[in-house]
Amino acid sequence: MELHELEAIAEREQSQRARLRILCCAAAGCQASGSLEIKRRLETVLTAAGKLAEVDIMPVGCMGLCGHGPLVRIEPSGELFERVTPADAEELVAALEGGPCNVPRCDRNHPFFTRQLPIVLRHCGQINPERIEDYIAVGGYRTLYHVIHEMTPAEVINAITRSGLRGRGGAGYPTGLKWATVAKSPGERKFVVCNADEGDPGAFMDRSVLESDPHLVLEGMAIAAYAVGAEQGFIYVRGEYPLAIERLQKAIVQARRLGLLGAQIFESGFNFRIDIRVGAGAFVCGEETALIASIEGRRGQPRPRPPYPAESGLWGMPTLINNVETFANVTAIIENGPEWYASIGTAKSKGTKVFALTGKIRNTGLIEVPMGISLREIVEEIGGGTPDGIPVKAVQTGGPSGGCIPASLFDTPVDYESLAAVGSIMGSGGMVVMDEHTNMVDVARFYIEFCKDESCGKCIPCRVGTVQLFNLLTRLRNGQGSGNDLIEIEALCELMRETSLCGLGQSAPNPVMSTLHYFRHEYERLIGAEVEHGS
Amino acid sequence: MTTPATNTDVDRSARVAGDNRRKILEATMKRFQYQGDALIEVLHKAQELYGFLSPELLSEVAQRLRLPPSRVYGVATFYHFFSLAPQGEHTCTICLGTACYVRGASLLLHELEALSGVKAGHTSADGRFSLLTARCLGACGIAPAAVLDGEVIGHADRSDLTARIRALLGHEE
Repeated sequence: MELHELEAIAEREQSQRARLRILCCAAAGCQASGSLEIKRRLETVLTAAGKLAEVDIMPVGCMGLCGHGPLVRIEPSGELFERVTPADAEELVAALEGGPCNVPRCDRNHPFFTRQLPIVLRHCGQINPERIEDYIAVGGYRTLYHVIHEMTPAEVINAITRSGLRGRGGAGYPTGLKWATVAKSPGERKFVVCNADEGDPGAFMDRSVLESDPHLVLEGMAIAAYAVGAEQGFIYVRGEYPLAIERLQKAIVQARRLGLLGAQIFESGFNFRIDIRVGAGAFVCGEETALIASIEGRRGQPRPRPPYPAESGLWGMPTLINNVETFANVTAIIENGPEWYASIGTAKSKGTKVFALTGKIRNTGLIEVPMGISLREIVEEIGGGTPDGIPVKAVQTGGPSGGCIPASLFDTPVDYESLAAVGSIMGSGGMVVMDEHTNMVDVARFYIEFCKDESCGKCIPCRVGTVQLFNLLTRLRNGQGSGNDLIEIEALCELMRETSLCGLGQSAPNPVMSTLHYFRHEYERLIGAEVEHGS
Repeated sequence: MTTPATNTDVDRSARVAGDNRRKILEATMKRFQYQGDALIEVLHKAQELYGFLSPELLSEVAQRLRLPPSRVYGVATFYHFFSLAPQGEHTCTICLGTACYVRGASLLLHELEALSGVKAGHTSADGRFSLLTARCLGACGIAPAAVLDGEVIGHADRSDLTARIRALLGHEE
């Protein structure tokens, strides 16, 4: 494959594109709401009208507003229809040419759309994720060509470093620094691993990216491999995401067939192959050393660091592990320059962040916003508040490793440091909105139950601590707790945080600590209940 | 490398059924050159083929990959995805991810437990119905989500779901 061949594919795609197009969301959420049936029905209607040749019907990736799905967009008008049913097919076809259509339309001027800044999600809902030609038509794989032929590995790492990109898996480690460490670590072989073990309940950013734009991640991984000197990559993806796995498999085969993965990519000396490893349902495997153990076919139990995987990872070789979203940022940074990327966001948190906005919120879905936006803007403007007007009580970020942030702190800007300062974390991007009816002790207990089940059992503070915390919270919730329990809970949280082996145990107390900090009265009320009953 | 004739129950049942599941599994192991690293991939395939991982199947895999049975059993029991017992004819999985939880998934689960008489994570005595839970299906946009016999149901409504399960189980009685 040469550059002119790539450009020829892009030109052919653009010239063959029909003027009239109907784009149906075919990501997991809308598929579950019946979007494939809508697509079939549209085809039937167009066939009957003899218009099938003039109109492209495209299955596309996530269009963002998942809670209002199935979503259908028509081009060239760009109108977006929500809660579409198969019976709407005739009207949608009529709408293509300005005919009458009573299917509910999304307001494209709503802050949900206007406040977003899509970089990672820029192709989501625009291209057919199952066709590499679609990706090439929007400029895909040209950055990889540019990198291989016009940049040295050191220049690539330098660009990523200057962009200020930080790990999107949650911890926020500087990506450039990680790449540089792997690049300079000695090893006869090196590996690049994409962490797609999105275990945080309430989060589906990585799933959506993989289902909507798999080639973006593959290209990002290939650029990383070139930069650090790896020839083998793995994508470790959750077994719960069958559609993402299927699309990744397809994408890898397509890329290999065009010589964009495999041996001598773009007729250069650079070789890179990617294999998929399917996870088997263990939250702890999101921790990088546990993930490595799992790829090696063992129980996913973490080990102490250092050595870090960047020096000694898969089979003892230097291994670069980044999250899906981190890799998905790479091509845009190289394409537009690190200065452009660094101009977005805050002083220490650059670029954008993708969030899965869920829970008690009107506009449930996938959003990408610049770092530094306030929680209030996300919840009230983009999210549109709660569906039934009950006041919002808190948002939870970071899942079982994060915390609950009360509504009184909604002016907090979304960046790594600010979220940590209020007792939560950026996390991978789950953002669950809770209203006044949500019981915070129950929420804390829910997360501890999760961590109790997911603790790998290797270190005692986590294995025993989560069980004890769960028991204490259960007793409290059942009105059998005492004031002493709160003290014990706090001491136990502190102990787990300080002494657990890996991030799972160290951060498991966060949901308890943060709810105890901001919603202590809810805990105390439960003790009060016991006192009244007792006396 | 060819398959040596072994006399395990797995082989016997495969011959009786006249199926080629054993061959497919062997091909998977061969593709990974019988490396122990591929254990999880092999177990995925085995469960896909047989529905669950029986003790015979596990020791067969251990033998072929030259791993101690303890290692294979350890891995099979570590990961939630692997099931060591057969599932019911019908399965319903309730997502208990945070978004679903906040939207009432645990109430939904209690209702289904009461309806089916099956505790979450178990199968009814007659093997007709398994009630399972998932940590997060990643379908948070349509919470609460459930999976009924492989079909994802978004905005799962309590009365609708119970009616469907009742029909599913009652219809065949």
